[in-house]
Amino acid sequence: MTKVLMKGNEAVAEAAIRSGCRLYFAYPITPQSELIEYMAKMMPKVGGTFLQAESEVAAINMVYGAAGAGRRVMTSSSSPGISLKMEGISYIAGAQLPAVIINVQRGGPGLGDIQPGQSDYFQAVKGGGHGDYHLIVLAPSSVQEFADMAGEAFDLADKYRTAVMILADGMLGQMMEPVEFKPAKTAEEIEALNSQHHDWCICPNVEGPEHHHHEINSLEIDPSVLEQHVYNLYDNYATIEKNELRYESYNVSDDNEILCVAWGTASRIVKSAINELKVEGKSIGMIRPITVWPFPYQEIDAAIGKNVKKVYVFELNMGQMLDDVKIAVNGKVPVDFWGKVGGIVFTPAEIKTKLEECF
Amino acid sequence: MEIIAQRPKALTKLSFTYCPGCLHGVAHRLIAEAVDELGLNDVMTGVAPVGCSVFAYKFFDFDMAQAAHGRAPAVATGIKRARPNMHVFTYQGDGDLAAIGTAEIVHAANRGEHMSVFFVNNAIYGMTGGQMAPTTLPEMKTTTSPYGRKTDDIGFPIRVSELINSLIAPYYIERVSLLTPADIIKAKKAVKKALLYNKEGRGFTFVEFISTCPTNWGIDPLKSREWAKENMLPFFKVGCLRDKGEGVE
Amino acid sequence: MKAEIICAGFGGQGVLTIGKFIAKAGMAEGKHVSWLPSYGPEMRGGTANVSAVVSDEPIASPIVSYPDILVALNQPSLDKFGPTIRPGGVLVVDTGMCPHGLKRDDIQFVAAPFSSIAVEIGSMRVLNMLAIGAVIGRTNIIKYETIEEDLTAFLKAKNPDLLEQNLKAIKRGIEIGKL
Ligand SMILES: Cc1ncc(C[n+]2csc(CCOP(=O)(O)OP(=O)(O)O)c2C)c(N)n1
Repeated sequence: MTKVLMKGNEAVAEAAIRSGCRLYFAYPITPQSELIEYMAKMMPKVGGTFLQAESEVAAINMVYGAAGAGRRVMTSSSSPGISLKMEGISYIAGAQLPAVIINVQRGGPGLGDIQPGQSDYFQAVKGGGHGDYHLIVLAPSSVQEFADMAGEAFDLADKYRTAVMILADGMLGQMMEPVEFKPAKTAEEIEALNSQHHDWCICPNVEGPEHHHHEINSLEIDPSVLEQHVYNLYDNYATIEKNELRYESYNVSDDNEILCVAWGTASRIVKSAINELKVEGKSIGMIRPITVWPFPYQEIDAAIGKNVKKVYVFELNMGQMLDDVKIAVNGKVPVDFWGKVGGIVFTPAEIKTKLEECF
Repeated sequence: MEIIAQRPKALTKLSFTYCPGCLHGVAHRLIAEAVDELGLNDVMTGVAPVGCSVFAYKFFDFDMAQAAHGRAPAVATGIKRARPNMHVFTYQGDGDLAAIGTAEIVHAANRGEHMSVFFVNNAIYGMTGGQMAPTTLPEMKTTTSPYGRKTDDIGFPIRVSELINSLIAPYYIERVSLLTPADIIKAKKAVKKALLYNKEGRGFTFVEFISTCPTNWGIDPLKSREWAKENMLPFFKVGCLRDKGEGVE
Repeated sequence: MKAEIICAGFGGQGVLTIGKFIAKAGMAEGKHVSWLPSYGPEMRGGTANVSAVVSDEPIASPIVSYPDILVALNQPSLDKFGPTIRPGGVLVVDTGMCPHGLKRDDIQFVAAPFSSIAVEIGSMRVLNMLAIGAVIGRTNIIKYETIEEDLTAFLKAKNPDLLEQNLKAIKRGIEIGKL
């Protein structure tokens, strides 16, 4: 495959189609609109379904239905729209349905603005909707990774019967970078993925293994049954935590005097500041959580070398992942934070200055 | 020297930020003039939607609220119930009112909520860059109906005024056009009537404006009015659907 | 090598395309590239701008605050971004569209009435190719041949006349850039 120059919003849509997504429901919102527009254009060409819902509430419930029918289905939005989806996401978690949700984050709260932000971290990893549940949350830091995560998200969703969120931002959505797509699944593979007759999904009885009654449901009126259901969900989450943790370790060594932790767009900017300081003889490492749930607690702890004076967290919010880093560091060394909000993205020079102040 | 036209008091000094040829400014002005003429300036409050008119709260010089996408009628309900002596209107686009906010508008109308609704129908989502709206015409191309609106797939445009007219409670419903100066004069009468009824506490009043979106239709301002006349008006017929004050039901 | 570029002008002048062609050429030459447009209601009827970066190293941020190269096709863009050009940087400016110019003596100017030249060549639509040519002529951040190849693949079958015009515009731009 050769590289193409593409916007993140379009690249992730293309990758989703290549991974066998044939159903997509969404509502327009900046800065994710190129994603819905790409789906509007391409889904009919691959015999898939594109439907512009009347709201994000409707879109996520369409996803609930399609996922319940055992199909690869996706929705996408940006922050205010994701808030509206939260109810549906909780139902999807309760009913244990596989689905992919993309959040191209913008500045908040409220209508906020339409520039990039990372202020939906808490919403994505700490709940957002009601009840005890988790989503697998993948955080890309380049257009390539954003695209690659589409296929990965569907595989994880199917494997664990859970919703997977890709937590991107307006910059990754809007910018063009070179992308190399993984080979598309073959028509047969896609057909197979989308005509599965799981032992739980809504499907015609005549085709698959015989069944009489499948329920797509999140209601368990008997407390002891619900209790067991939640325990089962958490057993599943424990397996995910064990098997699916992803993170990048950058320049981590025993020489490190500072360990940075950053995710998504913020991390690539921190990385370049680390490189510049390396030339000046300063040793700084970075851990970049790629799954922000599950979160690399032990891995951050293990990366704190003997010379590390401080763990420094950089985010495009007021300090959200910061809480998780503090849990990971558990008082071993001081944890500092610096962030930018309002849709303003910090520059490598600003991060460099912040890091220089530590020496 | 006699002043024959001036900036309505009910508008702030800010210049509109709408695209060249956009009719939101005209609709704003009609509302502001009517507020001035009815002397409602101190007791008026408007609710701005999400859409190109999201900044309407900056343009009207009386109390204004800004609502989440589609929720303006619910916000207006809250305001009116909390302060019955205020007079409330919402100002909404077709995406805001007829897609994401369908539930809110239908139920506010059905309750006969004491408010006015000004509904700007330009058959498209302007703010987000030209996606399909619930009022997009059959076969019309938008960025999310790149092959034209297929009615067997996504349904027909919603005639919102007719929909509201199927409810019992609303007091006054009229569809007007902003496409020609003569139309605008008629539209002004409808706006003023809606706000007069509002002032008199008669009930729910609804005015739909047939408007344009030169930028996202990709048609220049003058031609876009011609286009709307030829394509929108046959589907969205202007006229008064209900006026309980005049015995029209 | 790392070049950070801002292209700015009225919507419709093709500024986004200038950035895109430069980024695409950089990609074809094996460089790291990024392209980030201004987006949102700010664009409507006003000025549009795009940041493009071409670099040997991975790109940290696609946002350009201090460009090495600015292509300014109208006065508001020149007023906004002119002061941010890095000392020693390059300003490609359409003198016909920017009557008030920019007063700086620490940057290089590639100044010409690009819009009029575009019309001379045959159409305002080649304005963006002229500007790309000017950037290539002055800075060598990408090669003429790469753009030629890209355009040929894209236009040869569809519209050979337009291809000719575009190539002519780039070459003319390069001459202006070299002056
Ligand atoms: C919950 C939520 N979803 C989506 C959006 C994005 N959005 C902003 S305006 C708009 C459409 C507005 O269209 P319309 O109501 O027709 O008004 P116009 O812009 O044409 O005046 C959308 C989808 C949002 N702000 N909030």
